[in-house]
Amino acid sequence: MLKISNLHVKLEEEDKQILKGVDLEVGAGQVHAIMGPNGSGKSTLSYVLSGRDGYEVTEGAATLDGADLLEMEPEERAAAGLFLAFQYPVEIPGVGNMTFLRTAVNAQRKARGEAEMSSTDFLKEIRAKAKELQIDADMLKRPVNVGFSGGEKKRNEILQMAMLEPKMCVLDETDSGLDVDAMKLVADGVNALRSEGRSFLVITHYQRLLDHIRPDVVHIMADGRIVKTGGPDLALEVETNGYAGILAEEA
Amino acid sequence: MALPQPKADATAARTAALRMPEGAKWATAAREEALSRVNAMGLPGRRDEYWKWTRPESLVAPDAPEAAVFDAGEAPIFGEIDSVKLVFVDGVFDPAQSDDPSLGGVEIERLGDAAAADIHWAKDLFGVLEARGQSPVPRTLAALNTAFAAEGVVIRATGKAEKPVALVYHHGAAASDAMVHHCIRVESGAALSVLESGPGASRFSKVMEVEVADGGRFDHIRVQGRDHERRTMTHVFARLGAESVFKSFTLTMNGVLTRNECVIEFTGDEGVAHVAGASVGDGDFHHDDTVFITHDALDCESRQVFKNVLRNGATGVFQGKILVKAGAQKTDGYQISQALLLDDDSQFLAKPELEIYADDVACSHGSTTGAIDETALFYLRSRGVPKAAAEDLLVLSFLAEAIEEIDDQGIAAEILSRLEAWLARRR
Ligand SMILES: Nc1ncnc2c1ncn2[C@@H]1O[C@H](COP(=O)(O)OP(=O)(O)O)[C@@H](O)[C@H]1O
Ligand SMILES: [Mg+2]
Repeated sequence: MLKISNLHVKLEEEDKQILKGVDLEVGAGQVHAIMGPNGSGKSTLSYVLSGRDGYEVTEGAATLDGADLLEMEPEERAAAGLFLAFQYPVEIPGVGNMTFLRTAVNAQRKARGEAEMSSTDFLKEIRAKAKELQIDADMLKRPVNVGFSGGEKKRNEILQMAMLEPKMCVLDETDSGLDVDAMKLVADGVNALRSEGRSFLVITHYQRLLDHIRPDVVHIMADGRIVKTGGPDLALEVETNGYAGILAEEA
Repeated sequence: MALPQPKADATAARTAALRMPEGAKWATAAREEALSRVNAMGLPGRRDEYWKWTRPESLVAPDAPEAAVFDAGEAPIFGEIDSVKLVFVDGVFDPAQSDDPSLGGVEIERLGDAAAADIHWAKDLFGVLEARGQSPVPRTLAALNTAFAAEGVVIRATGKAEKPVALVYHHGAAASDAMVHHCIRVESGAALSVLESGPGASRFSKVMEVEVADGGRFDHIRVQGRDHERRTMTHVFARLGAESVFKSFTLTMNGVLTRNECVIEFTGDEGVAHVAGASVGDGDFHHDDTVFITHDALDCESRQVFKNVLRNGATGVFQGKILVKAGAQKTDGYQISQALLLDDDSQFLAKPELEIYADDVACSHGSTTGAIDETALFYLRSRGVPKAAAEDLLVLSFLAEAIEEIDDQGIAAEILSRLEAWLARRR
């Protein structure tokens, strides 16, 4: 599904290397977690995959089902099936949440040569999915993320993911700022989307999200590299020993 | 005080090219007073502080510069709305294209007819609000209009008007110089909605004096025509009684020069006045919103919302003032002026002002200039929205606060679709 090889990334504006050779392969239907201390490059990896400006790939490759992601515009990556749940979802005053989502769903369909979704079908689907995530009708009508609480913003990200039905989902610290109930809601939303054809890359700082979304593989990232890869137990090790312990062990 | 010689010369040259229309004694007297105001104040020149960002020369010159007549090839903006339509071509009323001006609860007369007769309410309004609006800043172009405009309508609403009055201004000849002057009085408890559209002429001067009596309501929606080379100067003078409501929205697309002045005075308590504008300009476009709101009563609410989208070297100007006089307690004044610059060549010049002499008021103002928010753009694109569509969505979202000032949802939707079309033409 997603294959990242020897990815080196620096900031465009300054001479600062952030990713220093990331190798990662997520198979179809798998859930991988990336854990790591703050500033290790996790968000950068998610931004580079989704095509944000400001980063320069100096070496390496990233492909989605064999297609070169790094050559594509952000919207092309989305249409190809990549989705990033933002660590900090963006507020867009003046654009209704629902309008935004319908524009996005239909833009992706159009890009793939599929028929647009009728407004009745769209309404039916978004209502059902919003309900599962306990997103009320008012939140759908409000401008995108404006005035949403931290938890509402994260649930809104999952709603977008559910509506867009991507095949490769990257979740950047979707658990940060959530209380236990909200986290459970988000995790249930993610778990409901798990399927054979859909893969997840779950970036998290803490182990607790992984109690709810059980990963197949856990990676530890430090200083722009994946320094250790293991099974779900690796997350528990982080919990007990902290990153310092693991990093010391690797050094 | 004598005018500086260049100003006196420019004023004399302009007035020499004009002829005062004939009318009844009162109208002639009002026009002559207006002319003496013109001569005393002088027409604006580029050294005038109030014109520091907008060059008045082409508005003042004896001859109007040419402007090609532009066929937008689109349905007239308010064409679908059931209204009493009054059409002016190059500022001259055209009865053939106009509806029969009869409307329940409303009296409508041509300015010329009213000026020849003894219509007392028109007499009390014509040139009166304009004259009041000459202080503290001169607005000589409006006085010039009072003195010389032969055309316009006087409208008096005595009840709730059944439908809006739609004033349509066609541009006929490439070099046309038009002056139109309207007087509107909304009586106590009455309501009237006026729609205005079209470029008017190659050079178009329009004054609208509006008096809203206690408990009256006036709604005004204006769409200024898309002719690229047109030059427009407009003045709205409004005097608002107790518990009255005044709402005005203007959409401006294109035009080489537009100066919209709006002067509002609250004279009764608990009045509400909202003035909003969305202007979108591309290339040789200069748009100026100059607003002056005087609070001279208790507990009145004023709101100014002006949004400019500028590209390709276009210029936006905003001069907005809220004056709260001593004793105008509980004033609620809000003013926002913002520009979205779509490139580095465009500019927005803003002078937001508050002058407050009462202590128990809530006034706020803000002015911003910025580019498209890159983070928001990336967010939209990451969801699959193509770059151009995402940018358009963000432009419309920027304009939303101004468009939300339109109460009529049908009109708001129509305005929005015109803006979408403007953006689409630039793709
Ligand atoms: N646009 C940027 N400008 C400056 N520094 C950046 C930028 N993006 C990332 N960095 C730096 O790169 C490093 C990795 O950041 P990030 O990817 O956000 O880490 P993580 O998500 O693992 O906390 C940090 O040192 C951060 O300050
Ligand atoms: Mg991060």
